[in-house]
Amino acid sequence: MYKYNDFDHAFVTSRNAQFREQVNRRISGALSEDEFKPLRLMNGLYLQLHAYMLRVAIPYGTLNSAQMRQLAMIADRWDKGYGHFTTRQNIQFNWPKLQDVPNILDALAEVEMHAIQTSGNTIRNVTADHFAGAAADEIADPRIYAELIRQWSTDHPEFQFLPRKFKVAVTGAKQDRAVIHAHDIGLQIVEQNGKPGMRIIIGGGLGRTPMIGKVIREFVAMDDILPYLESVVSVWNLLGRRDNKYKARIKITIHENGIDEFSRLVDERFALIRPSFQGFDQTLLSEISDAFDAPKFQRFDLSAFDKRYQGDPNFRSWVDTNISAHKQADYAIAAISLKSHGETPGDASSAQMRRIADLAKTYSHDELRISHEQNIVLPHVHKAHLPNIYDALRAIGLATANIGLISDIIACPGMDYCALATARSIPIAQDIATHFDALKLEHEIGPLKIKISGCINACGHHHVGHIGILGLDRAGVENYQITLGGDGTETPAIGERAGPGFCADEVIPAIERLIHFYMNERLAPSETFLECYRRLGLGPFKSALYETDQSKVRANAA
Amino acid sequence: MTVIINDEGFSTPEQEITYERADTLNKETRALDISADQDLNAFSDYLETLTLIRIEFSSFADGRGFSLARILRLMGFSGHLRAYGHVISDQYAMARRSGFDDVEVSKALATRQPEAEWLFRSNWSAHDYQTRLRKSA
Repeated sequence: MYKYNDFDHAFVTSRNAQFREQVNRRISGALSEDEFKPLRLMNGLYLQLHAYMLRVAIPYGTLNSAQMRQLAMIADRWDKGYGHFTTRQNIQFNWPKLQDVPNILDALAEVEMHAIQTSGNTIRNVTADHFAGAAADEIADPRIYAELIRQWSTDHPEFQFLPRKFKVAVTGAKQDRAVIHAHDIGLQIVEQNGKPGMRIIIGGGLGRTPMIGKVIREFVAMDDILPYLESVVSVWNLLGRRDNKYKARIKITIHENGIDEFSRLVDERFALIRPSFQGFDQTLLSEISDAFDAPKFQRFDLSAFDKRYQGDPNFRSWVDTNISAHKQADYAIAAISLKSHGETPGDASSAQMRRIADLAKTYSHDELRISHEQNIVLPHVHKAHLPNIYDALRAIGLATANIGLISDIIACPGMDYCALATARSIPIAQDIATHFDALKLEHEIGPLKIKISGCINACGHHHVGHIGILGLDRAGVENYQITLGGDGTETPAIGERAGPGFCADEVIPAIERLIHFYMNERLAPSETFLECYRRLGLGPFKSALYETDQSKVRANAA
Repeated sequence: MTVIINDEGFSTPEQEITYERADTLNKETRALDISADQDLNAFSDYLETLTLIRIEFSSFADGRGFSLARILRLMGFSGHLRAYGHVISDQYAMARRSGFDDVEVSKALATRQPEAEWLFRSNWSAHDYQTRLRKSA
């Protein structure tokens, strides 16, 4: 894992001192709330419905056990004993007091963490494939480049007051687990003539105007990456709209100016900027690269694992569902679901965080990942240790075998926390999970991504859910619109709106109608919901969704 | 009345400067005022003869001026660059790192954000990722 060098340490320390001083000046009145707002935002501090919320960066989703323990300590000491892991690999504390925040930031700095640029109109925390360094289908570890971009974007003097926020995601694999097509910039490591470089996707995003990103360059050499990114952001900083915040994101700039014109401006700027990078970024890159060397893999006897797998159906189900293939033989990537049926998606208590930290330390080469699907990953686990890990997780209620299934739902905080929300998200997620768990259907249904947003800003990624649910306010009543066929992977698609929305207590029956229709229509259990949807199209699914007479649905499906 | 702020602190503006706008720009122009939406390609021919360019910040939340300053420097402008208008002390380091020499703000703003708060950020060249990343290998 990357370790802060002296420069990083000194930077974070001085930044925290600045923020402590800004908080003091806000309290004294020297800073107006208007002026304090962007400053607190660029340090991760939001004002929500009931309290301040501090969003802490987990760069490229990677944590060690000491960092996880410190997050647990912060949750206990300055919050209500839990944290919420988000879709951008951050953790949010929902109840800090303003005067405590400088102390929280100092506690984070002790374990080489910070909350810088987790909000505000800045370049946000850079995210990456949560299987980085462990996945079998990877060209190179994307965290090396994500860390370089973290350093480049941190406190970048030109880019602290951008037209709007700017999000970057990196993947090193063909299979896209980082949603790179729904980011302002998505970077995919590729090779050309044996040399590594980046394929650059630009102008993706969800929100009220969802767009799939476009390829602006098929290949940019690694030593041109920072100047290229800087050129893109510089062009957008000047060209992006500042008259309407809903039209300020780069996706709109590109939509309005055309990708060709935007690309021409970027090339022009690149010619100016490129000579100012004289090579140290590449020296740094090679230092960073060393920090991400693969752990020293070990060998253990697998007979106990095999025996347990054969003999214990619950364990087998957990292994089959929550474990992914590792690049190293006999190793596994183990996902810890933060989606226990009926719980808040993405929440973890301080006790759970500490136990997870123990597991990482003992069994996963001291590494953890936070996935954008709001789960935790033990990236480097020998299969021989899976029985111990499973038993430990069961003891703390985190052994739910539902990764990638109907109850593994992304949900934004919604009206339970968020000032922007127009409807609740969490209770809908809880109800769906509980309902299909009671029916014992979720394994039979198979891979299915449900994503729920509590307002049009789409933090719950509903546009890329196989089933997306968008909570709106209709004359004071929560109303939930369904979208179908969304996909956030390497075959990206924005979900299609099915039609009129449903009130809260109609959502579960509506989802159930879709699921029954799918299960009746699929060619075989191996045909997933998304494949079936792509084969049949919106029409038949729409009929099933709005046909409340179950006998007709059954007749149609027969 | 305005106040000029640089690494040494507050000072009063030079009396005799007359700023011209882009539409009257000619080879005799020495001091130029530009707004944040200015197309810089329009005066690439004048960068040698201009000695002072003042870039207006109509709101501190509008960061275009920082990129404009940087681009002017990359285009080869070596004269004096001044950030003018609604700039706050927390942006002083950003302004300096982007290529500005100093900042000019209203008396009212300077009263609310006294000299000490600007001097707090006068060590702008320390802890700067950008300079570090751009060094030679």
